[in-house]
Amino acid sequence: MTASTFEQVRSVASDIFGIPAAEITTESSPETIENWDSMQHLNLVLAIEEKFGVQLEPEDIEQMKSIGAVAALVEKLQSAAR
Amino acid sequence: MTSRLDDLRDKTRDKLALTTFKLAILRSFTVEPIVPLLRSEAFAHGIDLEVHVGDFNTYVQDMLDSQSSLYRFAPRAVVLAVRTEQVAPELWRDFADLAPEAAQQAAERVVRGYEQWIGAFRKHSQSALIVHSLERPSSPSLGVLDDQSEAGQSGLIRQINRELRRIAAGFHGVYALDYDALVARHGSEQWHDERKWLTARLPIAAGYLLQMAREWMRFIVPLSGRTAKVLVVDLDNTLWGGVIGEDGMAGIKVGPEYPGAAYQGLHRALLDLSRKGILLAVCSKNNLADAMEALEKHPGMLLRPKHFAAMRINWTDKAQNLREIAQELNVGIEALAFMDDNPFEREQVRAALPEVTVIDLPKNPLEYAAAVRNCAAFERLTLSAEDRQRTEMYAAQKERSGNEQTFQSKEDFFRFLEQEAELEPVTDLTLARVAQLTQKTNQFNLTTRRYTEPQIAEMTKQPGWHVFSIRLRDRFGDHGLVGVAIAHDVGEQCEVDTFLLSCRVIGRTVETALLAHLAESAAQRGRKRLEGWYLPTKKNAPARDFYQQHGFEWQVTNCEGSLWTLDLTSCTLRCPDWIKLKVSDGVTEGNRGGKN
Repeated sequence: MTASTFEQVRSVASDIFGIPAAEITTESSPETIENWDSMQHLNLVLAIEEKFGVQLEPEDIEQMKSIGAVAALVEKLQSAAR
Repeated sequence: MTSRLDDLRDKTRDKLALTTFKLAILRSFTVEPIVPLLRSEAFAHGIDLEVHVGDFNTYVQDMLDSQSSLYRFAPRAVVLAVRTEQVAPELWRDFADLAPEAAQQAAERVVRGYEQWIGAFRKHSQSALIVHSLERPSSPSLGVLDDQSEAGQSGLIRQINRELRRIAAGFHGVYALDYDALVARHGSEQWHDERKWLTARLPIAAGYLLQMAREWMRFIVPLSGRTAKVLVVDLDNTLWGGVIGEDGMAGIKVGPEYPGAAYQGLHRALLDLSRKGILLAVCSKNNLADAMEALEKHPGMLLRPKHFAAMRINWTDKAQNLREIAQELNVGIEALAFMDDNPFEREQVRAALPEVTVIDLPKNPLEYAAAVRNCAAFERLTLSAEDRQRTEMYAAQKERSGNEQTFQSKEDFFRFLEQEAELEPVTDLTLARVAQLTQKTNQFNLTTRRYTEPQIAEMTKQPGWHVFSIRLRDRFGDHGLVGVAIAHDVGEQCEVDTFLLSCRVIGRTVETALLAHLAESAAQRGRKRLEGWYLPTKKNAPARDFYQQHGFEWQVTNCEGSLWTLDLTSCTLRCPDWIKLKVSDGVTEGNRGGKN
């Protein structure tokens, strides 16, 4: 996972969850972010798809259990597309 | 995301007053990602939307139970966004397994359900209700065979939709939203996202969530009253392709063929608006004569001057012109929508008049018509007989009140009028009207001398007396006999005994035409001077400066009035060139006056 992908995911998450980017780490998850409920999870999915131009499969969405996992997923999908 | 919407609300509120509106959405699918899009769309229409979203698939309980959270929320409007798959599962899945009677019964059961829920809703609430129609499957279970019968999967869903329209029409404030057509418009394959449906119960692809929000806005805007009543349009590169002042009549593009067809498409969209009672107006930076020629005579134009309730064709800035149009049509500035191909003009209007609905025309003229047709500010949920006739009513009023303000100069207006005047000595046929005018005319009447028919008839028999009448026609119709002048020759001078004009036609220079004829005919008879009194009354102030304005010299003022003379040997008084004047000698039985 590169720093720049993480930074971009973090900025999307900060928008969605309404918390400062500085408070978000790779470990941040539904357990640590109060706002991260199923509806915000959907918003996160939609925002990630739009931002990175990727299509998330149901299996991918299952894996998005932390911000670090989301960033790793984005990189995997982007390299698969290349 | 919520905080960003709050920022947007605050920013909007600084510029225009927001209408608050409570909307409840009853649903069988995830609508939450649509809500922020809907609220920001609403701000653009001046609406601060508060949204209550019902629980998944609890719409039946919500509508039937008078104590439900739906009714406690007290919404202004409710959307019933339910999909075929949930409300009619037997018609959606395993349809091929159903016997024809069972399928028909299933469809009827669905309709009865809606009837019952909507009836209960109306009992508990006076709010508006917007009911989604049911979408048809993009791939029916029996393939093309499905379309061979009205009782197929698609046929039965169509039948349900027809019934939904009937039910909606049976209640005040219940409206059908054709969800099936909305999906079709964007393409079922594009619209749907099966992954999101299966993972998050969101059936609509991310790229189309905004379209769903906009479709709801088409109901919310008219329900909230934030509609536009007048659409003000630009001309060059908006109603036609090209610039009339540079390209000329032959150069501008408008007609049935490409590229002019794009503009005709827009014309049809505008005509449809006027049939819904929305007034059209023109605001264009142009030379009036150029623009009017195209509006009146270009064979490709479907829109003509009569379709516009107001026109501002000049070089003044558009914000000022829009203010004047609102004033002229007696509507608030927020009732205006504005359409212009030029982004600069649009931004200027947006900045100066944030209340105005500004339509962002796409770059491609082929998309102009859709931009108008899809604008929620023009949606109406009902149509009165008055709405249908509004354009005609305004047109008639405009003609009556005159439309001088449209023009850059008085002369422009006079030319636009295309006045034709007909001047003749009084005849048997006009005697009654001439006498009547002397008796009735108060405002533009220099001496206010009242005469009866026999008196006028007697006058015409006296040598040296001349009684003229003038008729006037213009582009708005025939005004009939509107002016009278009576003169008699005394020695070297000709005295004006009576000079009057019906108040209908004051101020459009027909009086000058009449006076010029008096002067010319007197000069032809060898008179040296034209002489006339202005005798003031309580009502004839409009005629006070008449002689002075026409080059007469003041002679004397006494207790009755003032005397003015015009030297006919050096007189330059002429009929204005914008009036086509026809002088006839009026030789008919009983005419013994007239020119000698």
